[in-house]
Amino acid sequence: MESTTASPELIVDVQNVHRSFGDVHALNDLTIKVPKGSISVLLGPNGAGKTTAIRMITGALGPDVGTARVFGLDPVSNDGEEVRRRCGVVSAKPSLYDRLSGWDNLRYSAELYGLGRGGNADVAIREAAAKFAIEHALDQEVGGYSTGMKTRLALSRAILHDPELLLLDEPTSGLDPESAVAVLELIRNMTGEGRTVLMCTHLLLEAEGLADEVVIMQHGTSLEWGTPADLADRYLPEKRIHIATTLPEHLASLQGMPGVDSFDVADTNAVVEVKSLDAVPDIINRLVAAGALITSVTPFVPNLEDIYFAVRRDKGSSADELPPPAAPTARPSRSRVAEMAR
Amino acid sequence: MFGLDISRIRTVARTDLKQLKQAKDFWVPMTLLGSFFFVVIPTILLVTITSIGEIGVVDQISDTLDVLPAAAQTQIPETTDSGAPVSDAGRTAYALAVFLFAPVAVIVPLTISTAVGAATIVGERERGTGEFLAHSPAGVREIYLGKLIASLIPGYITTVVGFGLYSLIVNLVVGPEVGGWFFPTFQWWVMIVWVLPPFLAICLSLVLRLSAKVRSTAAAQQASGLVSLPLIMIAYSQSTGVLFGAGYLPFVLGAVAWGAALFFLARGVRSVTRSRLLGVAAGI
Repeated sequence: MESTTASPELIVDVQNVHRSFGDVHALNDLTIKVPKGSISVLLGPNGAGKTTAIRMITGALGPDVGTARVFGLDPVSNDGEEVRRRCGVVSAKPSLYDRLSGWDNLRYSAELYGLGRGGNADVAIREAAAKFAIEHALDQEVGGYSTGMKTRLALSRAILHDPELLLLDEPTSGLDPESAVAVLELIRNMTGEGRTVLMCTHLLLEAEGLADEVVIMQHGTSLEWGTPADLADRYLPEKRIHIATTLPEHLASLQGMPGVDSFDVADTNAVVEVKSLDAVPDIINRLVAAGALITSVTPFVPNLEDIYFAVRRDKGSSADELPPPAAPTARPSRSRVAEMAR
Repeated sequence: MFGLDISRIRTVARTDLKQLKQAKDFWVPMTLLGSFFFVVIPTILLVTITSIGEIGVVDQISDTLDVLPAAAQTQIPETTDSGAPVSDAGRTAYALAVFLFAPVAVIVPLTISTAVGAATIVGERERGTGEFLAHSPAGVREIYLGKLIASLIPGYITTVVGFGLYSLIVNLVVGPEVGGWFFPTFQWWVMIVWVLPPFLAICLSLVLRLSAKVRSTAAAQQASGLVSLPLIMIAYSQSTGVLFGAGYLPFVLGAVAWGAALFFLARGVRSVTRSRLLGVAAGI
């Protein structure tokens, strides 16, 4: 597998890591590269090894084989403490102390991460809580929080010590859509503040709006990585447009048209595979000349879901692990989805 | 010190204790247990003995004082400081107060600390908070020592407070019979300060190791019970020997127990690993 990412500085550089638990191979030749200042997303089904990868990065677990470097340091050596101090982690479960108040949970973290007590630590706690709109509930016991509040508190705790690298494991798990969008927005803002984010998710739509880089994982292996556009170019190079007309018989004139590789007509809609999007104006002119009343022309831009399944199919995932290939339909472009998520 | 961040150890211990303070379902029964052994039973027994006077029951109990070791018998006063003879009831109450309640000082702290310690590491795993600790910069030795202290303090505080109350009760009830306040005796101080702490530490080092290695709090508590029971018996027998005034032996025993405690604590440090906090270590 070739990396297509050229980055001047890698914050995370995991190379060919293997890790087993008894007979279970949790990580199997995993490679992850996270450029500084980016949002990288680990995509994969449950059990793909995403959580284990996060644990490997902080040095909470060591690799059996392979190397992990974070900020250029080895997290399982004596440098582990420094690596962990520069990371902020939100795990799949919020990992909060239910019997303590929100304030005490944050203070515990502040002290463990070296912010001390009182003074600046209190200011940092208030600022972190305010950032995720949870400051009003800091006096309450966490056991009484809703799932959304717990996630917000966990996120506040993760940024409390101003980490350079944020590791987020399914950060929107259990959240309602409004809260999830708000959290994703906040995560996006994190990189604006100079942080690097590595996020795990199996929700493709969630990653769609966020990911600068994606790592597609399966069975503990990184199948592929790169920017979504780069992966789309490599795995879904075909150019397609969706054309809708008022009468289906006009679409028959697409047959033999220059620039058209193939087309598929269903009722008054056609999905047309073209050699190049440059051919589209000519195709439209020919259809109009043939008397077609065109109601819409939409270029098909593969989204992350298309890319994800294309990569997995290409890498040999068995048919029962994947849904059948979906017929391409009109959909907003990836940049549009990203815009919506923002 | 030794590559340890003392403030982190203190933080882990303080946070654990704060959670314990919030857990009324834990400390209310434990307070009742301490009150029962340190206050209720001694008060009932000592008041009964000193108030029923010179009747047959007291005579029978006072006869049993003859079977006590000679070193113990010499501790029981025959006369008060002013030279007045001490009654049989007074001598019996004195013997009960000084010799009978040794197990109290052993059972209560070991029980409480074992209960706290058994849940401390496996509890982090069960609640999912072990993940937070595993990703934190805190070293595993710091986490272990913080949790050890947090487990030790409730038991020892109960002992100190209970010991204070017990001393007050003994002095108020038995003191007038023997010519004034006399408790705690030198032997009790030796037991509380020198002999009991290392046994507490040995017990906790084993309990924390169990807590790190088992799958559930319930399993940890059951296994801890098996570990702590023989230790309670050993500690009881040693404490009784101390109270009976076995010469310099208590100091030697205490020193040996401290040595053993340090050995077990050093080994126990290795039981806490990040993979165990996460619950992914082999065997968990």
